[in-house]
Amino acid sequence: MIRLEGLTKRYGTFSAVDGIDLHVARGELFGFLGPNGAGKTTTLRMIAGILRPTTGRIFLRDVDLIADPRTAKAILGFIPDRPFVYEKLTGGEFLRFVASLYGQDGDVVEHRINELLDVFELTQWRDELVESYSHGMRQKLIISSAFVHRPELIVVDEPMVGLDPRGARLLKDLFRQFTGRGGTVLMSTHTLEVAQAMCDRIAIIQNGRIVARGSMAELREQTAAGDASLEDLFLRLTGGAAVRELAAVLED
Amino acid sequence: MVSLFTVLGPKWRTARARLRQGRQGRSGKAIILTTVGLLFWAAVFGVLYRVLAYFRGVEEIGPLLASKLLGLMLLSFLSILLLSNVVTALSSFFLAKDLDLLVSTPIDWLDLYIAKLGETLVHSSWMVALMAVPIFAAYGVVYHGGWAFPLAAIAVFLPLLVLPAVVGSATTLILVNVFPARRTRDLLSVITIAAAGILVLMFRLIRPEQLARPEGFRNLLDFITVLRTPTSPFLPSEWATRSIMGFLVGPFDWLELILLWSTAGAFVVLGAVLHAQLYPTGFTKAQEGAERFVRGRLWQRLIAPTTWFLSVDKREFIVKDMKLFFRDATQWSQLILLAVLVVIYLFNIRALPLFSGEQVPFFFITLVSFLNLGLAGFVLASIAARFIFPSISLEGRQMWLLRSSPLDLRALLWSKYWTGTVPLLVLALVITVLTNVLLRATGFMMVVSVGTILLLTLAIAALALGYGAVYPQFDTENAAQIPTSFGGLIFMMTTVVLLAIVIVLEAAPVYTYLQAMRNDEAVRVSIGMVLPFVAVVLVCTLATAIPLRVGLQRMEEYEF
Repeated sequence: MIRLEGLTKRYGTFSAVDGIDLHVARGELFGFLGPNGAGKTTTLRMIAGILRPTTGRIFLRDVDLIADPRTAKAILGFIPDRPFVYEKLTGGEFLRFVASLYGQDGDVVEHRINELLDVFELTQWRDELVESYSHGMRQKLIISSAFVHRPELIVVDEPMVGLDPRGARLLKDLFRQFTGRGGTVLMSTHTLEVAQAMCDRIAIIQNGRIVARGSMAELREQTAAGDASLEDLFLRLTGGAAVRELAAVLED
Repeated sequence: MVSLFTVLGPKWRTARARLRQGRQGRSGKAIILTTVGLLFWAAVFGVLYRVLAYFRGVEEIGPLLASKLLGLMLLSFLSILLLSNVVTALSSFFLAKDLDLLVSTPIDWLDLYIAKLGETLVHSSWMVALMAVPIFAAYGVVYHGGWAFPLAAIAVFLPLLVLPAVVGSATTLILVNVFPARRTRDLLSVITIAAAGILVLMFRLIRPEQLARPEGFRNLLDFITVLRTPTSPFLPSEWATRSIMGFLVGPFDWLELILLWSTAGAFVVLGAVLHAQLYPTGFTKAQEGAERFVRGRLWQRLIAPTTWFLSVDKREFIVKDMKLFFRDATQWSQLILLAVLVVIYLFNIRALPLFSGEQVPFFFITLVSFLNLGLAGFVLASIAARFIFPSISLEGRQMWLLRSSPLDLRALLWSKYWTGTVPLLVLALVITVLTNVLLRATGFMMVVSVGTILLLTLAIAALALGYGAVYPQFDTENAAQIPTSFGGLIFMMTTVVLLAIVIVLEAAPVYTYLQAMRNDEAVRVSIGMVLPFVAVVLVCTLATAIPLRVGLQRMEEYEF
């Protein structure tokens, strides 16, 4: 469903993403992990068509994103890490607007909006301006907007930020059901327990390069880590010395 | 005092970093901005110098006229500063992003007050302070103020900046304690814009040009009495005027200066006391959102039937833009100023002494009607700068949504273009037709002006949108600040050039027409008469197509 070939993004001499090759299969929930500044968000924003790659190619369901962006984006739903939405629209209006960007309107869309607001417990806020929404409510609204046009693929950057435990559980169930029905999810997260419990496969990125990829079992095998948790694997692969030094700093 | 410097530190460092960034590779921008600024200063200085030099030559009433003029200018400054401080104080005291951090730290409340008061003062007064430089310079030069005059001017002007900052901040503090901050922002924007509009309108309707005609007064004594009477003896602008004029033409009285400084000092103390009493409650109230329930589908119902032929994305984009504009008081309130501007424009045309008294030649009426095109074009450019230029920038934070969707950027540009152009076109036609009716212009001039303004409006809107896309201000949340950017300045300069080209091109056929009318001959349609109009059509078409194309290319390169 997603294929990246030699994907690179340079800012001057700095390579934020450095020749990534990746394949995410249809129906897969794929985790994309890495320390701050590793290149996760840049990669996801390139897949969403917001950033242009310096070199390399992106295929969404075999459609070249650079050559035919409109066809490729039509199957995609993107959830950014920061929930910026039009403050002076109501939740219902925002979802209707997003559907129109995908060329959809009418009763089908209204029905879908009602369904999504209901799932995310936003029905009573439907006619309230977004400016009065809390951070978590905005996040829920953006997640709803990514599903409003019935996408085949969801690219999501840090989905759990701002969500209460109930919302986080809801999102996990939603992603599971979505992939169960043949949808694909590429998710970046710092919540390693979530990634370990939910993702079929995981890639760990550091300094713009993928340093490990595979299922939990494959990652353990690659790092000869026995039955280590994802957190231990992550720290081992990305340099966990800083965490050990933290205790010393706090004790000083 | 130590914590006062701590609070101000980040502001100072940010300003320094910006200045340093500005030095690196932005010298072209800096040169253009400095040149325009210096030209503006020179123009203000030049005009005022001539006026004051003339006053200086008038015996007895010369200094009185100069004093009256200064008093009026300082009073205008005081009013502008008061309005501007009220709005700025809301941001700096209640909505600024650094407040959560500052309020959670053990900073002394007085330090916080002084720091935020200073921030409010600088943000709302820098433009007025810059404007005051050529004014005081002209007074100093004409009346030979000497080396000490700049110091005296600063000593007089500083308390004039402090007073409105304190009063404005206190007004906002009281308002925030009554309404939630976000509601207060809406309320303030409407009140300040309406107040500014009324002030400008009243100033125009009292016809100040009549003051320049002493023959309108019964005798000289009446005239001098009017000039001698202070606007109000309790206004700080009056004390400042007397101080400055006392320094320049004597006798200088320290009392005025002492009054200014002691009042400013007392106001700061009173402001601090009020701050200590009301700020904690006000700040808490400011955290409340302005919850608003909107169920209406007015725009959907209004726009859907008229845009049935458009694709769903274009239609919804127009509906969305309409909703965002009319739900944001800081945006729609600008329409009040626009209405005032149009009324004053038409009033000025009506006030022209063309049909009162002796018969004015047909030549002059046609000339005014023709030149009016340029003026109307400039007014339209200012409106486009305020409403169309920022439209791309305002999408900045939501660009993740637009770029990750299959929306064609041409559809986005198309919607923005027509949402801005249609109202501008209506306004342009209303202004042109009405002024031509008031001027009793001929059929030929009516056709020329309506045709030209139609083409110009299409081009001006395209230029505004194109430049807005090339020089976006994605970080600026306040739409009113966007036109004051470098891109806005370049847009205005380009529009002035376009207006000049169109007027120069059309001058020849209009002159031929005038000659024919003067000689009572039939107007001959020759190549020389038609060609300039063809050239105008060509220029305006290019000025419409090129900016839109360049703007689209630039938008496709945006990265977030």
